[in-house]
Amino acid sequence: MLRHSNNWRWHRAGLLACLVLGMFVTEAQAAEFGGQLLGYRSEVQYLLGQHIKLVALVAFFSIGLGVPLGIWLSRPGMRRYSEGVMQLLNIGTTVPTLAKLAIAMLFFGLGTGSAVIGLTIATLMPIVRNTCVGLQNVSPELLDAARGLGMRHAQILWRVEFPNALNVIVSGIRTSITYATGTAALAFLIGGGGLGELIFTGIDTNEPAMMLAGAISTCLLAVIVDLLLYQIQYWLIPRGVNPYRPLRT
Amino acid sequence: MITLENLSKVYGAPGTEAAVDDVSLTIGSGEICVLIGPSGCGKTTTMRMVNRLITPTGGRVLIDNQDTTAIDTVALRRSIGYVIQQVGLFPNMTVEENIGVVPRLLGWDRARSRARAAELLDMVGLDVGQFLGRYPNQLSGGQQQRVGVARALAADPPVLLMDEPFGAIDPINRATIQDQFLAMQQKLKKTVLLVSHDIDEAVKMADRIAIFRAGRLEQAGTPDEILIAPANDFVSGFVGPDRALKRLRRKRVSQIHIPLVYNMGQQIAVAVDGCHGTIQVDVGGLVVSVTADGRAIGPASVRMDTDLRVVVSEMLRLAISWLPCVDGEGRLLGIVTQAAISRQVNRVSGEASSDDASDQGKPNAATL
Repeated sequence: MLRHSNNWRWHRAGLLACLVLGMFVTEAQAAEFGGQLLGYRSEVQYLLGQHIKLVALVAFFSIGLGVPLGIWLSRPGMRRYSEGVMQLLNIGTTVPTLAKLAIAMLFFGLGTGSAVIGLTIATLMPIVRNTCVGLQNVSPELLDAARGLGMRHAQILWRVEFPNALNVIVSGIRTSITYATGTAALAFLIGGGGLGELIFTGIDTNEPAMMLAGAISTCLLAVIVDLLLYQIQYWLIPRGVNPYRPLRT
Repeated sequence: MITLENLSKVYGAPGTEAAVDDVSLTIGSGEICVLIGPSGCGKTTTMRMVNRLITPTGGRVLIDNQDTTAIDTVALRRSIGYVIQQVGLFPNMTVEENIGVVPRLLGWDRARSRARAAELLDMVGLDVGQFLGRYPNQLSGGQQQRVGVARALAADPPVLLMDEPFGAIDPINRATIQDQFLAMQQKLKKTVLLVSHDIDEAVKMADRIAIFRAGRLEQAGTPDEILIAPANDFVSGFVGPDRALKRLRRKRVSQIHIPLVYNMGQQIAVAVDGCHGTIQVDVGGLVVSVTADGRAIGPASVRMDTDLRVVVSEMLRLAISWLPCVDGEGRLLGIVTQAAISRQVNRVSGEASSDDASDQGKPNAATL
């Protein structure tokens, strides 16, 4: 089961990295570099909009397809096949996102559409897997009780299985959408736009400030997306099974 | 009333060994029937065929003479309470929501199902204000199982299926919950099918016991019938060599005591049933001192609702052959003698005397 990563640990690691960097950089250099970074404000603003739109589309499609697919695979009738499909998904996850984008481009050409399709496929897999595994891991005695009390299949799914698997499902969504926010930078390579434009142009033209302007904004966006999804976990998961809001016992 | 008619369950191809093999059994309305036997004997499978969690491969189940296959499975299950050993409370729901599951499925409004949850919580002995809004993970095992029982009773089903409901609870809490359940059952008069592997639990709880082995029903009868006349070596091995003592557990002092007529504040001479001695009572009829079989034993006595196993234990401890018995306030009513207990042990069921009329043998929650 995916667990809540300790955000504070990463904050500390970031601080430490800044301190180490600080030892090699003078104040004047830093000020000049900061100025260069700020010079890309308007580009960042524009590309950030594109990036967010890209991520939003990817999130929409990957959740909209991934969760129902995961539910379907977790049904008892599918149990024979679900293991095989899980294996395929695992293998699929090991294919680098860049390769997936390239394949999408082969089929659908350059542009935002291909980028959304490629990223959706990459994002979809952990969501399907977590949804399916989360639902399959709901204790059998809960299902027995639900059946014995006279719930119908759909009632068991929505009132018992789904709420009790929700933490695992949303954890999968959180991990993969956050990941997608970062990797959406690659979309630029197949003409999908986004903050990748600054990163890759910065690398190609040897302009570290431009590259960093793109990279830092991408990072910040990913952190914000992660925190937003954490809020969803915090408020959406039923109180009785919410690990982020432990009950007093 | 539940009737099992030639009920069978075969997994796999026909002709392979049956999990349940041709079981016929009738459980009267308001009775507790305990299905008992070693692991894998088919008792749970039999129970689960009643609410069709398992589909029989042969025979049928009738509830109040109606074939259960004629009823929609979901409607059937909603009309049957279901309690399992692992409790199976839904951890995403509060206690109130858990108890309200079936009422809500039946379309009750929120206020009514909330009121019902409060009523049931009170009935199973949990404080309503404290527990209604709690989550299952905040409850102890015993508390969870009480809520589990409350949930099963929520829509007031006439039939209750219980799969080792008290099996996972520590012995002290188990006895309390069993007593509480029996006290509830006296009022509710549900038809209960209870699966157990504990013969003591069966003797304590059951109106009828059905003993299973390898899918077959070996013997069914009242606890008395089974303890007096085990049908075969398996049953007698299963009930154990101390079955005479087990029988005593279901008998009360009130069923065999010999009433005494006496004047308040006097010393009463006892000379009955081969017992001798004196009882001194005060002006209120309270026992002051007892001399039995030549031994002065102080103000010893047993209450009318004490079970006879405890009485025997007291007699052995005090090395005497009789004891005064008293009412709830401690006033002398009569005596109980070892000879009468022996007669009770050796009496064959069916020749039950008039004092068995009050005999449900059930302790209520306040016993002892």
